[in-house]
Amino acid sequence: MEVTFLQNIWFILIGVLLIGYAILDGFDLGVGILQFFTKNDKDRRILINSIAPFWDGNEVWLLTGGGALFAAFPHAYATVFSGFYLALILLLVGLIFRAVCMEFRGQVESDSWKHFWDKAFNFSSFLITLLLGVALGNIFVGIPLGADMNYTGSFFTLLRPVPVVIGLTGVFMFIMQGAIYLTMKTEGDLHNSSIKWAKNSWRLFIIALALTTVLVAVLEADKFSLFISRWGAYPVLAIMIISLVMIIPSINKGKFFQAFLFSSLTIASMFLIVALTIYPNIVPATDPAMHMAISRVSASEYTLQSMFIVALIGVPIMLVYTTYVYRIFKGKVKLDEHSY
Amino acid sequence: MEAVLLARLQFVLTISFHYIFPPLTFGVSLLIAIFLGMNLKTGKQLYDDMAKFWTKIFLIIFTVGVASGIVMEFQFGTNWEAYSRFVGDIFGAPLAIEGVFAFFLESTFLGVLIFGRNKVSKKFYFFSALMVVLGSTMSAFWIIVANSWQQTPAGYQIVDVLDSAGNIIGKRAELIDFFAAVFNPSTLPRFFHAVVGGWIAGSFLIAALSSWYLLKKRNIEFAKNSLKIALIVALFSSLTQVMIGHWHAVVVAKHQPVKLAAMEGLFETQKNAPLSLIGIPNAETKQLDYEISIPGLLSFLIDFDTDYEVKGLNDYDESLHPPLFLTFTSYHIMVGLGMLFILFPLIGLYLIWKNKIENSDLFNKLMLSMLILPTMANQLGWMAAEVGRQPWVVQGELKTADAISKVVSSGEILTSIIIFGILYLFLGILFVYLVAKKVRKGPEALIITK
Repeated sequence: MEVTFLQNIWFILIGVLLIGYAILDGFDLGVGILQFFTKNDKDRRILINSIAPFWDGNEVWLLTGGGALFAAFPHAYATVFSGFYLALILLLVGLIFRAVCMEFRGQVESDSWKHFWDKAFNFSSFLITLLLGVALGNIFVGIPLGADMNYTGSFFTLLRPVPVVIGLTGVFMFIMQGAIYLTMKTEGDLHNSSIKWAKNSWRLFIIALALTTVLVAVLEADKFSLFISRWGAYPVLAIMIISLVMIIPSINKGKFFQAFLFSSLTIASMFLIVALTIYPNIVPATDPAMHMAISRVSASEYTLQSMFIVALIGVPIMLVYTTYVYRIFKGKVKLDEHSY
Repeated sequence: MEAVLLARLQFVLTISFHYIFPPLTFGVSLLIAIFLGMNLKTGKQLYDDMAKFWTKIFLIIFTVGVASGIVMEFQFGTNWEAYSRFVGDIFGAPLAIEGVFAFFLESTFLGVLIFGRNKVSKKFYFFSALMVVLGSTMSAFWIIVANSWQQTPAGYQIVDVLDSAGNIIGKRAELIDFFAAVFNPSTLPRFFHAVVGGWIAGSFLIAALSSWYLLKKRNIEFAKNSLKIALIVALFSSLTQVMIGHWHAVVVAKHQPVKLAAMEGLFETQKNAPLSLIGIPNAETKQLDYEISIPGLLSFLIDFDTDYEVKGLNDYDESLHPPLFLTFTSYHIMVGLGMLFILFPLIGLYLIWKNKIENSDLFNKLMLSMLILPTMANQLGWMAAEVGRQPWVVQGELKTADAISKVVSSGEILTSIIIFGILYLFLGILFVYLVAKKVRKGPEALIITK
């Protein structure tokens, strides 16, 4: 079947929403994991307050991405969400816990109370990151599907080596993103720690990425050759490598925002690699005959068109006020009476 | 147990827990915006203190609402995969629009409301509060568009779904008219009904907690002013709700006559149909036991004409009857509570006008006991609407029993019920504990910083 213009647009738009989510919630999830390594209550509070005005808005990228997937590719939404059932229930538990941790932790003056919410915050941030990475890894390598478009695997099918390694790579990627974000938001010792965290996670991310590449080349050779046969592969690879390499010099020069942009660009390239590999399918199957091609599983042209008009109106407005509010809170974190 | 029953229980658990919070946020955020507006207009510090304190309570409500709301978008796909395939072309759109137009707005400006007090001007701060109100209201609109389409579907056609080989593997509803689907017959009455229900719930919450301060003889000025404004909003909302509720019932009568018959316990199709005040519908004998009703009033209310013929349950196949007891009872208790919500603000405002509110312990005690009744009414209204639509998930097009995920086992659903059950119990207890703690600590804890 011919892929229409609007189907392509929606494939791209959902990609954009997921990339936006990964870049933005990526840094606050990373900060959530890094809070585990802080030494005192003041540092823990600074980390929480560095993301507190934003994390909820960042998470909306995921919710909107989910809604857009439902609207534009309802079969993909139905297949993935029912197929990944237990993993998604776990993800929801993580998201619920994380949503309440930051608000609840300061409500009671007790060390054990704060300790509990801090640990819940760290663990849920880690769990969410890992599960999302493993889910994306599964989409990358393809999942077992039947003729009725339903998932035929089990929970353990999701834990194949390549998706799990992709999940771990994602964890280091978000930690790196969070640490670089913190270099912009912190001062003094905590600032030095952030720089150290950024460099260490950068190294671990590269190791995980190398491992992923080797595993994909060996275990998923067809995906590997499919990707490098695509015209967009080389520019994307070049951007990824350059931005990844540029992170450390930027940090060393004290250009932390620039480092953050390079890290964000790295994340975007990772998603583009997945997108270039799976296109024109939105959910590839292990059996090529069962691939969920965007031409087959999309909503009607009329719905895609209506939603496109909605996006053309809504997204620019959203970007304007989001950017404005980010500017209100720019600069180093200073704790005051309104902080958590 | 059967997977469908379990999936329905899971939905009841997650939606009813979640639905405690959004209505409260509609009402409380509206009052916060009013307080900030009055502070801008009069320059009185008291109004600013009121906004400050109630924002702290609002945050706890909002947090649990957001946390439990995430589940809602996911579970259409997890538990109701067949439903998602059938309605995705139509139902997904309002969910996505809710994200773009409502969630972003609400969460972004909430950040300013919580952390921006010292960073933005007073006017921009007030504007942020208004944006939070607008965001939550738009969120209500789009989610109710989605829900209303299930109740009274419009603007669609049914087409075949093909597999990769071109064989027909199912059917789905395709959108053919965006605005007809968005403004389907029940969207507007249900939207106003739900939002005003939220205003009642939020203003009663603030009124009840203010009464508690008056009982404790603490923060008298603060509590009196909070109580007064909350009661004015409550009275306005409750009176408006009578008209909206009536409008809504007429739409149900015209578009979902079985549901109306179940809500009223009406078995026989008749002109001059009675409005039942009390009763227990008996499916065996096909009559309303212990009935007390006003003859002709139902016909009159629907069409302003007692000659209007109202269809009874007997006209429909029994397999299409919704569960009668739940539908009838939840609807009637909701309406009864609605009457109380008019009475209370009237008495309270009278006492404030006569300058007797500080010493009216009886009123304040009763007011405090009203704390959760509007939330209950909202829950019961939701229940009447959703149970009353059964056995359909999409009225006339898709049965609930056919909507479930085929690949999910009942064991998996049970696991999720247990997990969410424990989690929500934990969150529910924490919510009550934290709100109570904030209230006991009182506004003075915030105001001395000035």
